[in-house]
Amino acid sequence: MMIIATVIVVFVFYFITNGKNLNPNSIDALISQNAYVFILGTGMLLCILTGGNIDLSVGSVVCLAGGVGAIMMRMMKGIPGLAWPVAVIAMLAMGLLVGLWHGYWIAYVKVPPFIATLVGMLAFRGLANIIMKGEAVEVDNKAFLNIFGGGSDCYIPDFLKFLAPESSLNVTCFVTGIVLAAGYAVFTFFNRTRLIKKGYKVDSFVAVIIKTLLIVAVVIWFSYKLAGYRGIPTALIWIALILGIFAYITTKTTLGRNLYAVGGNEKATRLSGIDTRKVMFSAYTLMGVLSGFASIVNIARLQGSTPTYGVGYEMDAIAACFIGGASAYGGTGSIGGVIIGAALMGIINQGMSLASTPVNYQKVVKGIVLIVAVLFDVIMQMKRKGGKKKATSAAATEKGGANA
Amino acid sequence: MAKVLLEMKSITKTFPGVKALDNVNLKVEEGEIHALVGENGAGKSTLMNVLSGIYPYGTYDGDIVYDGEVCKFHNIKDSEKKGIVIIHQELALVPYMTIGENMFLGNEQGSKWCIDWYKTYAEADKYLAMVGLSDSSKTLIKDIGTGKQQLVEIAKALAKNAKLLILDEPTSSLNETDSRALLDLMKKLQREENLTMIIISHKLNEVSYVADKITVVRDGSTIETLDAKTDDISETRIIKGMVGREITDRFPKRHDVEIGDVMMEVKDWTVYHPEFSERKVCDNISINVRKGEVVGIYGLMGAGRTELAMSIFGRSYGIGISGDLILRGENVTLKSPKQAIEAGLAYVTEDRKGNGLVLSNSILRNTTLANLGGVSKNTFIDKDKEYEVAVEYVKKLKTKTPSVEQLVGNLSGGNQQKVLLAKWMFANPDVLILDEPTRGIDVGAKYEIYCIINDLAKAGKSVVMISSELPEVIGMSDRIYIMNQAKIVGEMKASEATQENIMACIVGVSGEASADSKGSEA
Repeated sequence: MMIIATVIVVFVFYFITNGKNLNPNSIDALISQNAYVFILGTGMLLCILTGGNIDLSVGSVVCLAGGVGAIMMRMMKGIPGLAWPVAVIAMLAMGLLVGLWHGYWIAYVKVPPFIATLVGMLAFRGLANIIMKGEAVEVDNKAFLNIFGGGSDCYIPDFLKFLAPESSLNVTCFVTGIVLAAGYAVFTFFNRTRLIKKGYKVDSFVAVIIKTLLIVAVVIWFSYKLAGYRGIPTALIWIALILGIFAYITTKTTLGRNLYAVGGNEKATRLSGIDTRKVMFSAYTLMGVLSGFASIVNIARLQGSTPTYGVGYEMDAIAACFIGGASAYGGTGSIGGVIIGAALMGIINQGMSLASTPVNYQKVVKGIVLIVAVLFDVIMQMKRKGGKKKATSAAATEKGGANA
Repeated sequence: MAKVLLEMKSITKTFPGVKALDNVNLKVEEGEIHALVGENGAGKSTLMNVLSGIYPYGTYDGDIVYDGEVCKFHNIKDSEKKGIVIIHQELALVPYMTIGENMFLGNEQGSKWCIDWYKTYAEADKYLAMVGLSDSSKTLIKDIGTGKQQLVEIAKALAKNAKLLILDEPTSSLNETDSRALLDLMKKLQREENLTMIIISHKLNEVSYVADKITVVRDGSTIETLDAKTDDISETRIIKGMVGREITDRFPKRHDVEIGDVMMEVKDWTVYHPEFSERKVCDNISINVRKGEVVGIYGLMGAGRTELAMSIFGRSYGIGISGDLILRGENVTLKSPKQAIEAGLAYVTEDRKGNGLVLSNSILRNTTLANLGGVSKNTFIDKDKEYEVAVEYVKKLKTKTPSVEQLVGNLSGGNQQKVLLAKWMFANPDVLILDEPTRGIDVGAKYEIYCIINDLAKAGKSVVMISSELPEVIGMSDRIYIMNQAKIVGEMKASEATQENIMACIVGVSGEASADSKGSEA
């Protein structure tokens, strides 16, 4: 459903902005500007799955970890800063520490997540200010910027240019897209045959073909657009990596399963022999690590850190999850939903910017989009219940008739 | 003689203030179906929680010998490793997950780092076939009925390689057909898989049908074990073991109370469960209560008593409510508790800590909560009047407290119950529905509550008293309705009631119901 909504929104803005929103550079900007939403949204989803719990501190954590990283890489009185891998590890470690801290209070001491992370939101913002002494810190480490999606050269070099030297497209990008799409298609069909051989049930052939074709088309279109600008932004690689890993965790591992189960019925989960405290702890720990990672991408793109970075990021992440269909009561939601939610918000933001909508109106629109998405969820649920009730009363009358 | 699979030796489990289990012994042989019966609160579930490690080793005294060795379970995982799997009365399933996902929750298939979903569903289908469930394992739990959910629970247990399966009230939420199917499935599993099972049940006809041995638990002790082959296991025989105590003069007599006209009447009242909307929690119920009368509603837990009371009290429970409510001869529709209070109804909940009182507030505030209008003018509360009212009720009901400013959470159970009664008496209702008014309070306080009930009747109020304590119902009521499985299955004058004939009503209904369903099929 949300996919259709996204497509509609894209077309609406296509007309409003005279097609500017589908220009290659717009698509490129969409990715790099919203990298943090994808990453934080992923972590937030884990927390929301456990029962609608949220983490309010992520914006402050991004700022704190980013500040630490920026300071470590800074040149001081002619002495070069620390090597960027050290800073990266430090930022991730910072996020991990915060995650462990929150996880401990929430899972084992049973502090309500809202309070625990509100405390984090205030305290870590303060710490960030203290560390940075209230000033902006610039990051000019070229290697760091290129790798994590900042500055002007943060693209995968076009080393396949020799294949078509006179093309205006970025050949590497386009080829990668085609290879990925082909690889996906081949894998799908081989896997299907393998499963049939093992005697497992599989989806019908037509359904698989349609799904595969759609995915292949989107991937190729996307890579074509990016190739028309400057190629694959490095930020995209990181986003894809994070989303891939967490899509795997949520669907294929016991940890992922337990996250859904705790949110769906905590008691049942406990009675199934699962340590629900550990599950909560893991969710917040992973959220912390992802905040650390988001801070890396963030200071790279902004080429520095200031004590005000990351304000409101938690709300973007939460909104992405809910727009993507996660339930505010926990137990449902997916990484796919987060992708859609984050993309939809990004598209709306960008579309409005291109159409020069005043900033304050943009906020109002964002708010309306969120309530519409949630309303949609609520109404769908009510409908389901109503339908069921009708069916029941029909059944009841039937029974009554039989008795008579 | 078969090998003894499980022996629980002199198990004693104490909760603060209560001895839940007192020197309990239980012996279960391999491949048998062993039934545990007893009244509510007799200690059956506690015993099974000890066995499955929910109450870990060290919190109880005594030994669990399983398969020849003494076991020290620290959690559910430990007991499941040994093949002891418990299926709880409240189903432990996650509604928004599929059957397959639920079955392998905590027991995921595939490697440690990767769940193999195809294997999961293939395995799930295998076990579903074993329990005779034909639905796809990819169906969401919320989309199947309770009967099928119970089968999923059993399949889940089998998937864990259960050797000893404990079923706690497996049929309490099932209709007659589903119940019978479940019992037959138990027999089939016993025959084909040589599975050992312990079943806890209130439904004695089912117990006689399925069990090889029956152990009766009463007041935290095992009373006797009956063998289906050698002993008489008729329902009356089991009841004798379950009840086994005498009613002494624990109830104050009511004198000179005139019973007047019908005050409240409920006709053809049907209510559905709010979550499992195909389940009737009250089925075509008709009752009435007169002025000055105390009417008892007896039923075991889960019979639908609380659901009935709450649905009458401003539809505060259930969906799809139909039927008539007649107050003082007039047909009324009460859509919220507010309207119900205004119409002169009061519902004194069984769950005084959860639904009844604001524990973090004082006696004073709790007393006036349901009738703030009585102590205020134009929404401004008259503090002096409120204080007077609270003091008056503390005196009247002999609530033991240093002052009315005392927080309710600090009072004993009996005194909390008095505050709860005071709250509803101050609302000045004509009909009071008391749900388990003496649950969890000591004998002395019980007597005082009984006196309050008598005073209410004397003052011309109508009292409906819901209780699962037989002596109390018989001792206190003028008239008794017996409720079982969402239906009223009997009505009798208190003077004619005995523990045996009330129990007989409950036991009898299952036979009748099955005859009914056969009739409608034909």
